[in-house]
Amino acid sequence: MKVRLTLNGEPATLTCAPWEFLTEALRRHGLIGTKRGCETGDCGACSVLLDGEEVASCILLAAQADGHAVTTVEGLGGFERPHPIQEAFVDATAVQCGYCTPGMVIATQALLAQNPAPTERDARECLAGHLCRCTGYVKPIAAVLQAAERCRAGDVAKTGGRS
Amino acid sequence: MSAQQQGNGADQAWDTGAGSMGHYDRFKVVNKNERRVDALKLALGKGTYTDDITLPGMLHVKMLWSPHAHARIKAIDTSEAERVPGVVAIYHCFNVKPIRYTTAGQGHPEPSPYDAMIFDPKVRFVGDRVACVAAEDERAAAIAVKKIKVDYEVLPAVFDTREAIAPGAPVIHDEPDCTGIAGFDPKRNIAAAMEVGHGDTDAAFAKADLVLEHWYSVPYQQHCALEPHVAIAWLDEDDRLVLRCATQVPFHSRRILARILEIPVQRIRVIKPRIGGGFGGKQEVLLDDIPALVTLRTRRPARFCYTRQEEFSSARTRHPQRLRWKTGVKKDGTLVAQELEVLANTGAYGAHALTVQGCTAGKTLPLYRADAYKFIMTTAYTNLPVGGAFRGYGGPQGFFAMEAHMDEVADLLGLDPAEFRSKNILRPGDENPLAKALGEGKEGPPQKIRSCGVQECIDRGAKAIGWERRLSFKNDGPIKRGMGMTCLMHGSGIPGVDMAAAFLKLNDDGSFNLLVGATDIGTGSDTILAQIAAEQLSVPLSKIQIYSSDTDITPFDKGAYASSTTYISGTAVQKAAAGVCEQLKRAAAEMWRHAGDPTGCELDQLSCEDQHVVRPDGKKLSYSEICLSTFYEHDQHQIMHYGSHMSFECPPPFSAHFAEVEVDTETGGVKLLRYVAAVDCGVAIHPESCEGQTEGGATTMMGYALTEDYIFDGNGRLLNDTFRDYKQFTSLDVPDFQTILVRTYEPSGPFGAKSVSEIPTDGPGPTIANAIAQALGIRFRKLPITPEEIRKAWLEKAARTSRQPAEARV
Ligand code: FES
Ligand code: FES
Repeated sequence: MKVRLTLNGEPATLTCAPWEFLTEALRRHGLIGTKRGCETGDCGACSVLLDGEEVASCILLAAQADGHAVTTVEGLGGFERPHPIQEAFVDATAVQCGYCTPGMVIATQALLAQNPAPTERDARECLAGHLCRCTGYVKPIAAVLQAAERCRAGDVAKTGGRS
Repeated sequence: MSAQQQGNGADQAWDTGAGSMGHYDRFKVVNKNERRVDALKLALGKGTYTDDITLPGMLHVKMLWSPHAHARIKAIDTSEAERVPGVVAIYHCFNVKPIRYTTAGQGHPEPSPYDAMIFDPKVRFVGDRVACVAAEDERAAAIAVKKIKVDYEVLPAVFDTREAIAPGAPVIHDEPDCTGIAGFDPKRNIAAAMEVGHGDTDAAFAKADLVLEHWYSVPYQQHCALEPHVAIAWLDEDDRLVLRCATQVPFHSRRILARILEIPVQRIRVIKPRIGGGFGGKQEVLLDDIPALVTLRTRRPARFCYTRQEEFSSARTRHPQRLRWKTGVKKDGTLVAQELEVLANTGAYGAHALTVQGCTAGKTLPLYRADAYKFIMTTAYTNLPVGGAFRGYGGPQGFFAMEAHMDEVADLLGLDPAEFRSKNILRPGDENPLAKALGEGKEGPPQKIRSCGVQECIDRGAKAIGWERRLSFKNDGPIKRGMGMTCLMHGSGIPGVDMAAAFLKLNDDGSFNLLVGATDIGTGSDTILAQIAAEQLSVPLSKIQIYSSDTDITPFDKGAYASSTTYISGTAVQKAAAGVCEQLKRAAAEMWRHAGDPTGCELDQLSCEDQHVVRPDGKKLSYSEICLSTFYEHDQHQIMHYGSHMSFECPPPFSAHFAEVEVDTETGGVKLLRYVAAVDCGVAIHPESCEGQTEGGATTMMGYALTEDYIFDGNGRLLNDTFRDYKQFTSLDVPDFQTILVRTYEPSGPFGAKSVSEIPTDGPGPTIANAIAQALGIRFRKLPITPEEIRKAWLEKAARTSRQPAEARV
């Protein structure tokens, strides 16, 4: 079947089976930044934005994205113009193995679009659905707060990169 | 609180390596928080992990796992499964050659028993391999797996270690061809056993004023690396087997695969791409053989990836243990004797059975001085999931028992736990009394402590958390507050065993390619090794292009384990870079001579500074100029060098952990309020990464202390095999966390560095248990300390002291 959607700001068509989840369809489309850690909706590695809301793409049927806007980590920034959230994660040394990072970056984007001045508690809650066995969350929490500061300075979060 | 202030007879001032502290001021790249070399691409979602490629015609593999804890496979009928559209091949014990090996990804010869096979006619735990299906897609493979019919002869199973080693227990490894070392006795379900010691423990205990002895117990733990085990195999245009694999040990994997697949090492290339965490779980040749086998047989690319459930039930775990700790101590708090007995559970196979348990003693006992030590160990086979390497490697089990025990001793003597530890802790210059007895499956080289900042760890950690506040907790309500601390040590590589190599070459723009066998699994070793090269070469980090872990292209490295990468691989890199510096100087001198300007060109007069070779008169040539000249003009050659390193020394990092908790006696809930980890890892090559290692390692083990455990039904089937049912710490659970990097300088390490990755895992179990003990006046000797356990113990205590009213009402 064909799923028509807005993908990282551009119209796109995903070809997939009716039972396939969005993670698979995106990855087959070359968007490998969306990771698989559990495929049961419990780890956050596969987070994407669906109309600006964070969702676990491993438990969302690809078909359910039809007609919606999906943003993956690749949609936030690239080598030429990394998103301030991505820069913040790098500069806070919040990236160890990096497998959880795309999901956390997406979660931060969803948070900052709603709440440009999060507290430490908000940052913790933003990452609560994101398992990370490497960092102990200390530096990712700091990265969320740093990202908020950078986004406030540059006012990028509201426009959300290209999405 | 320092040793001298206590006047406890310390015979020398604490030497933290302070004599070499001047180095810190001279560092330009190391000991700096550089941007990690791979972080941006990972944050952009551009890092390619094993599973981020697909190959044309790639087959997908699914495994049929044993539903029985112990059974013999009498027959397998695959006819129905073969008829599922898309199925290409099915492999099992009746069509794959039986060759015994160990899945433990260790050096050669592996000190683990050869008790496993690719497919075995006997299954030994729920989740053991039975058969695999390779199909055009994952769905077809999964459907076919369900259609395989297996005729099992179900055998009695044993799940408890004490029962397993008792006479009359079912024999799990009754096959005649399994082999092992060090007490291996499969007829009695013993995978490894040893008894070693130092000094006369009987005499030492006789001298003691107080002898204390208790049993402790620690649970299963799952690594939970966010990226599951996955491997993709294919044949290249030279008909060689290429394996792209989420591994910590590409070179060991190549060696082991060559043996069990019966093809030459030369015909195998193992590539380690980005890895999404390993923690020891990927120090196992766990699934590498399956896609390799499928590819060799079908000549098509093949992919095999564990599901999260399979990670829990069929991958490796932290060995559960029962530990008996016995201490003899004088009235003044001087330890005289220590005895440790360990009964460990390695599950159905003996991966790392000897060495993990050896480290349970080797990392712990030497931390405190005593006249005599004894260590007795038995590792039992059971029909449960398999133990293996897991960050800390036996240390967390041992430290839980030892450091809980030390608090109990201090308590009985009425001593402050921190002061009691300071009094007995080892000093620089001390020899490790057990080093010889506890080598890696052979006699170990002697170990003498050089850099040691443990007292500073205690002092600064205590100050940071406000250790003296613990004396003023009121605790008159239902919520009780407590504080606990522990001291820790670990190692840096396996002395006399671990070897690593690096290769470095100069490019015409003055940049360098650094090729290392070292395996970055998310630890940051690519960054750290590049920093070491840059420091030695006197170039910015950006001039180093690092490529790691590809058995065709990079030199050998033992792999990412035993806290060895910074210390062992780092020194290999430093040697390679030092060799390149020599060549740069030689080439520059030759250029000057050739130009008729030979003054001050003796090698010992030249220096490498800021990307130039510099003469005493200030004249200089840039690395780029030198390279262009040696490529194209004069004295033509490639400036390149290599380094190999093996160390007979294994300098321990030291640490002190502190926790402050609140325990709700009405719910049994524990709230971690503050956690402080002070660590002496020598020179921190990348300080924030060292903090990150500490924070991550400790947080994993906060789960070990409080929430993580395997729960089985009566037939050995794991019940909590999902992230939902197996509770690890999240961003909401982790306390306010402070890491303190204590500065020391390790003379045998690269730029003064020791290891940092494993030591933080040793701390949280005992630190949190000690804090809870202070809060409640109840000692928990078993992990995890769950709300149920706390509530139960609290009610029992209330009943004992017939304390009224609040508790009794509930
Ligand atoms: S992979 Fe989707 S939540 Fe884990
Ligand atoms: S950085 Fe490895 S899981 Fe988060």
